[in-house]
Amino acid sequence: MCAICGCDGEAKPSVLDLQTGRRTAIEPPAPEHVHADGTVHGHSHDHDHHHAPEHGTMVALEARILAKNDALAQKNRGWFLGREILALNLVSAPGAGKTTLLERTIRDLQGELPLYVLEGDQATANDGERIRAAGGHVVQINTDTGCHLDALMVARGLAELKPGPGSVLLIENIGNLVCPALFDLGERAKVAIFSVTEGEDKPLKYPHMFRAANLVIFNKIDLLPYLDFDLARAVANARAVNPDASLLRISARTGEGLETWYEWLRRGTAAAREAAFVWSPT
Amino acid sequence: MHELALTCAIVESAEEAAKGRRVIRVSLEIGRLSGVMTEAIHFCFDEVARGTGVEGAVLDIFEIDGRARCRRCGAEFATPDFYTGCACGSIDLDRLQGEELTIKSIELEEAA
Repeated sequence: MCAICGCDGEAKPSVLDLQTGRRTAIEPPAPEHVHADGTVHGHSHDHDHHHAPEHGTMVALEARILAKNDALAQKNRGWFLGREILALNLVSAPGAGKTTLLERTIRDLQGELPLYVLEGDQATANDGERIRAAGGHVVQINTDTGCHLDALMVARGLAELKPGPGSVLLIENIGNLVCPALFDLGERAKVAIFSVTEGEDKPLKYPHMFRAANLVIFNKIDLLPYLDFDLARAVANARAVNPDASLLRISARTGEGLETWYEWLRRGTAAAREAAFVWSPT
Repeated sequence: MHELALTCAIVESAEEAAKGRRVIRVSLEIGRLSGVMTEAIHFCFDEVARGTGVEGAVLDIFEIDGRARCRRCGAEFATPDFYTGCACGSIDLDRLQGEELTIKSIELEEAA
């Protein structure tokens, strides 16, 4: 039923390595259990004999609902830090141009920055194939019914993709401005792509996503002469929900403004290679 | 529908904390600015809990209003959304509450 814990068998998320053609199912990790004395073991035993009956029936937890995802995301983050990898979580509505931007970025920066892509979609390897055709190293994650990537899927994808030290990992999330906002993947920054064929009020309608973004990229600006889109108003709306985000204006199709995105990537990559990675991506 | 994934995490955490005992109540705190629809959590809960030690438990959700403190003038005020600024005109705010996504407690059936 859901992709985060596999609580029933309906969703079948998987990763596809486009270099080898191998598809692997994403299974939830075996649950672990930590005892008061520090012993850690799996959950294959029964519990009845271990725990004295509790008399108070209320158990205070004060636990974050997403604690498991957040803990896995922190593992991913440590994995990136140790390898000096700049990991970015690319989010947008479907059709905003995430894959086109990645294709273009790979073509333009090939030979300068080692780029790796985790491609998230509910189904098909179409986008993964596009990235591979552009010359990128890519693993396709299919979430099946899942509406967002989570930290476990990214960890499984990393095991296949094995991005090299000092590289840039571009994680293309599911096209969805709602659900991916809540799930930390371990990235250094969230990049929201906002195409000018959408409404200027997108940031107000989907404030969580725009608030979570460190960088907002306005894409398809080559179309502005043919649209009623008011870029100044869209910028003001993005600023209203997120005064701190950096804003870029580009066309992934014509290449206009792309140098500002590449400069942002170069700064992040350089920062990721410093011993103490403290870059604030704005 | 990230609420479904969240509900799975809630049921899983409650079941783990119950250590094999039956859970009869789960209490959550969900901030009104957390991006989560409490109706959707309620909608998913019974279905997700079915067949687990949480099946049949009552789900209590306490909703927390948004509040912020202005970094410029120090005023504290209610924030029904993310674009409500301070009366002084500033939008540079510390969010104090309203983004909670917490399992407060669970209640277990008395041991026999």
